[in-house]
Amino acid sequence: MIRRDVVDAMVAHARRDHPDEACGVIAGPEGSDQPQRLIEMENAERSPTFYRFDSGEQLRVWRAMDAADEVPVVIYHSHTATEAYPSRTDVSYASEPDAHYVLISTRDPEEHELRSYRIVDGDITEEDIQVVDVVESYMFSHTGRDDTIDRHTTLPDPE
Amino acid sequence: MAVTVSIPTILRTHTGGEKSVQVSGSTLSEVIDSLEADHAGLKGRLVKEGTLHRFVNVYVNDEDVRFTGGLEAKVADGDTVTILPAVAGGMR
Repeated sequence: MIRRDVVDAMVAHARRDHPDEACGVIAGPEGSDQPQRLIEMENAERSPTFYRFDSGEQLRVWRAMDAADEVPVVIYHSHTATEAYPSRTDVSYASEPDAHYVLISTRDPEEHELRSYRIVDGDITEEDIQVVDVVESYMFSHTGRDDTIDRHTTLPDPE
Repeated sequence: MAVTVSIPTILRTHTGGEKSVQVSGSTLSEVIDSLEADHAGLKGRLVKEGTLHRFVNVYVNDEDVRFTGGLEAKVADGDTVTILPAVAGGMR
């Protein structure tokens, strides 16, 4: 489950850096599995076919997350000429078993493709993405996950 | 005095879940040997064929050791060694 404004920011980042690959993380409170704070990372490779977080920037960002009891809930990057599916290189580097790996394909200038995966011990598992519109920020305060999901899945009246 | 090593999530299975451990050593290589002595299996996750594995970033305090001598980088008592998984990938 991810907020629409966060998804929009991720896609905008991928579009802006096209034709180079864009990359970043979305931090969230440890144990929450809620991606909340998007951090655009520099692609140290500045390449249309490869990305790597700048190591110095990564250290600063990881320390800030640690100090705030946050973890990288989402690690995202774009593919600029291929589909939004993890490559062999992506899998070989994937080393956050609790993270959602989000790929955005910008090969089509009109329609992007955005998909999410778990990558654990070399195994790729695609997962559904639930995009939610959030108006009231208290939804993400200390309500607990069940409570939060209920509020978000309020459906229109069947009448 | 000792050297503090910060362990990333993926390697905490080797440290019984500990986020940081204390070791000794005056170079990164000695620090890693000291880690291995206390937590068997860690060295193989960090070093391959005598150099640091490309899948990890290792820092002494704020410096990426790739720019300060790699395994020969100097470490002093009170320093913090931070290990992070490198985040990278590509379209192939």
